[in-house]
Amino acid sequence: MSRLGGLLRWETAVTALLIVVFAGGAGFSPDFASNDNLSFALDDLSEIALIALPMTLLVVCGQVDLSVASILGLCSALTGRMWDAGMAIETIIPVVLAVGVVCGLVNGLLVTRLGLPSLAVTIGTMTLYRGLAYVTLGTGAISDFPFSYTDLATSSIPGTPIPYPVALFAVLAIATGVVLHATGIGRSLFAIGAQEDAAYFAGIRVKRIKLILFVVSGLVAGFAGIVYTLRYGSARADNGLGLELTVIAAVLLGGVDFDGGKGTLGGVIAAVLLIGLLRNLLMLNDVSTEVQSIVTGLLLIISVLTPRLIAVARETRGRRAGARSAASAAVP
Amino acid sequence: MTVLTESPARPGGAGGPSGGGRRLVELVLRAREMSILGGLVVLVAGTTIANPRFLSGQGVEDIFLNASILVLLAVGQTMVVVTRNIDLSVGSVVGLVAFSAGKFAAAGDHGVMVVLLFGVAIGLACGLVNGLLVSFCRVPALVVTLGTLYVIQGLGYRIAHGQQIGAAELPASVLSLGNDGILGVPYLPIITVAVMLAVGYYLRSYSSGREFYAIGSSPEAARLAGVPIRRRVLTAYLVSGALAGLAGVLWLARFGTVVADAAHGWELTVVSAVVVGGVAITGGVGTVYGAALGALLLTTIGSVLVVLKVNSFWQDAITGVLLLLAISVDRLLALRVTRALRQRSLESAVHRDVAEPAPRRKEGRT
Amino acid sequence: MTIRLRAPRRLAAVATASVLALGLAACGGTTKNDSDSGDAKAAGGNATANPNAPLKKGLKLAFLPKQVNNPYETIVDNAGIEAAKEFEAQAKEVGPSDASASSQVSYINTLIQQRHDAILIAANDANAVCGPLKQAMSKNIKIVAYDSDTNPDCRDVFINQASSEEIGRSEVKVLAEQLGHKGEIAILSATANATNQNTWIKFMKDELAKPEYSKMKLVKVAYGDDDDQKSFQQTQGLLQAYPNLKGIISPTTVGIAAAARYISGSKYKGKVALTGLGTPDQMRKFVKDGTVKEFELWDPKNLGYLAAYAAAALSSGQITGAQGEKFTAGKLGERTIGAGGEVILGPPTVFDAKNIDQYHF
Repeated sequence: MSRLGGLLRWETAVTALLIVVFAGGAGFSPDFASNDNLSFALDDLSEIALIALPMTLLVVCGQVDLSVASILGLCSALTGRMWDAGMAIETIIPVVLAVGVVCGLVNGLLVTRLGLPSLAVTIGTMTLYRGLAYVTLGTGAISDFPFSYTDLATSSIPGTPIPYPVALFAVLAIATGVVLHATGIGRSLFAIGAQEDAAYFAGIRVKRIKLILFVVSGLVAGFAGIVYTLRYGSARADNGLGLELTVIAAVLLGGVDFDGGKGTLGGVIAAVLLIGLLRNLLMLNDVSTEVQSIVTGLLLIISVLTPRLIAVARETRGRRAGARSAASAAVP
Repeated sequence: MTVLTESPARPGGAGGPSGGGRRLVELVLRAREMSILGGLVVLVAGTTIANPRFLSGQGVEDIFLNASILVLLAVGQTMVVVTRNIDLSVGSVVGLVAFSAGKFAAAGDHGVMVVLLFGVAIGLACGLVNGLLVSFCRVPALVVTLGTLYVIQGLGYRIAHGQQIGAAELPASVLSLGNDGILGVPYLPIITVAVMLAVGYYLRSYSSGREFYAIGSSPEAARLAGVPIRRRVLTAYLVSGALAGLAGVLWLARFGTVVADAAHGWELTVVSAVVVGGVAITGGVGTVYGAALGALLLTTIGSVLVVLKVNSFWQDAITGVLLLLAISVDRLLALRVTRALRQRSLESAVHRDVAEPAPRRKEGRT
Repeated sequence: MTIRLRAPRRLAAVATASVLALGLAACGGTTKNDSDSGDAKAAGGNATANPNAPLKKGLKLAFLPKQVNNPYETIVDNAGIEAAKEFEAQAKEVGPSDASASSQVSYINTLIQQRHDAILIAANDANAVCGPLKQAMSKNIKIVAYDSDTNPDCRDVFINQASSEEIGRSEVKVLAEQLGHKGEIAILSATANATNQNTWIKFMKDELAKPEYSKMKLVKVAYGDDDDQKSFQQTQGLLQAYPNLKGIISPTTVGIAAAARYISGSKYKGKVALTGLGTPDQMRKFVKDGTVKEFELWDPKNLGYLAAYAAAALSSGQITGAQGEKFTAGKLGERTIGAGGEVILGPPTVFDAKNIDQYHF
């Protein structure tokens, strides 16, 4: 229970920071809280937010998928290539999603059937898929996507600063949150992440679950690829380069333990919003990308350092208390 | 009070089967490196048949020069990966050092040794930060080095401010380091090979070197065996950082023109080279020689594609496939070896019990 | 204890099914041949130009180069920022550290929020930046493209450093003279999508089609991505893959510097001709040691200067970007807008061993 208490405290800290940044930004920068700006800031987050959902599930389970950005790029390149060849966009979307599923399937099979560590596998597939993206589209770009679709990807629900992709994300986030925190499946994910062998012997179908998670991750990454392409109106093989690191940064900042077994989806969502709004605020105030980069890096380090330091502090306190109680017990 | 005068299973003590177990592991690892060498030979032979210019003096020199820096980084990365950690910040460190050392060299008339020391010092500082965070604060290496990647990259851009160092501004001594050589062999590969041999020898022949492998194989067992894990991991990061610093200065010397994002994105190439070279990402296995061969292989593939007029875009895809192949093969090999070792240790236990049952019962019973 | 696995499978199945349904249910099939593709919002307002309007004071200008860490762009932008002081405007440079179109989009949106009067952009991708630029135009922000053009629909004026045709053709002429009008040649370009590169290459190919170049052949266009190391290695590769290569044109300052460095340190020095667009400071050493005989460029500072004045003229209503309009660009004198809203800086300067010491940039 104290573990849950500790988690809640982390998640509350992140949410508090989010509120502080928002309030500070609104007060400090006059245009920050306008519908236009917020809409753009949220829209910019679409892909990161979407991919963060299955990534959270994976990390809770003790796995990681570094190939998501490459799947995004591959799907973007394929979208462009097929569009350029004259295919209808209604056909392109399902085909591209299927490719995302296949990519995830490859990851999942390598991890479950061959027992390879997901870090190594996804570094390999990350390189492979990005390479395939370049083979598909080279270094060129395809534009001229239909206006009705690109407009859908960039405009907001009228009257609110919530872009359509983000609204979709909200729905998916609720669904993921329910699965993670309120179903048996979710509990088994935590179990696998905490102690895989014990979960296996408790009857949890570990391999099946991992495979499904990787497939879902590939599917969502593929979908994010389509959203990215439509949002920028440009399909390129190098779309999303480096995105996976931002997603992982968000997941870790959200309080999910990298070794698995701990974390909340709410924390991750708060962290995603925090990173997005902070970036937007910094840009609005002409803080250069260099400093933004430094800030992201520091946030990341602090977010993993703090729980460890707290744990170390608690350990030493516990040891000292134990010694004290042992001494006081030995006296009479 | 019971006293055991002979410990039950001393490795190598009884000779025979247990020693054979160790020999088996060595054989497997050697075969792994041979396979990369073999692949390299096949690749080069095939390409030379297609285009004889490939193995001309200029061609070979180019490959070795291009690979030198990657090999240097791979050697440092090996030391880290062997302990079951990773260092993703190397690319940004190279960029930062290349630019800073360039500004330093251009500013005054320092000798080449001073510039080298300057670069290595910056690299050591970065390695220190990584090492302290990973070993003493016990933060996962992936996360720490990801964070330092961002921070160092940002610092690099900040210092550069859009400028670039031109070859014209650098003292001739620095440029000659990158482009000249002794007896026709360029300095760069000489330095790289020397470093590789030094680190390789240390890891293999010194007990403190072998402890790196112990940490990667089983941190728990290493801790119980009294290995100073924190110090070793810190050393690994210091070496990785120092070598990245050295690589940065060599980059400056070789290319002359440097912008802030030199070696941007190289960390993944380095990790790929190391994994392809037989260093398991889970630690405990692999040598710097394998990693060096892996780096050489990846660089050669790039040149081969260009010479064969194949679309260079295939390079990443091929590297990815090689990586997956390497990981799978290593895993299967590891399973085989474990099974074989277990088999042999069972056999040796049986052998011992059958051969000398009596003398073992020296324990007195009080 | 068995855990029911139906939930995620059901979820995945429902998700896939709904997506498929959505996809198939959409009416017919929208392909790129339908008229739907392209723009929607036209540029705001068709005000008439008033050439006698004074330059407004206190304008806010922003330079958005391809990449902030590109030294060439830095020279241009700094000159533009200096020029802005001449008419009491504020100018700044912002931009991505990677030469990607999507990063530029983020910056454009930020600049819109910050309510700038004009955005000056060197586009990484002619079309990808169009969406936000059109949004900017609808908010009466003036758009000036420089160095690398965007789609003409989404900018008011394009400041071209030199006539694209002149650049392309003169490059070929310079190399042809050095080669005696025969031999295999290659082009080492920057990124595959850069508008300026592609325009120049198009004119180069067109020039090569002329009868006087019938003995010359373009064997390859390589891309160095404006990355020094990559350009270096591409040069290596070109020389290895094409044994009869006699000349290389590199119309990018990063590319020509890297190629020159490689050639001057290899056995190809003096045997393979190199020309292109380079800065005198970078190329001085190679001109003196004979690797490069001639190359071209213009003064990048003038480009920034002219762009800044054009932006001011637009924002003050002096011009609207239509052909034939004139405006005064400080010490560069009067400029006329040509076809397609293009303003040309001037003819390129040819540098060789005789005059290279007179220039320092």
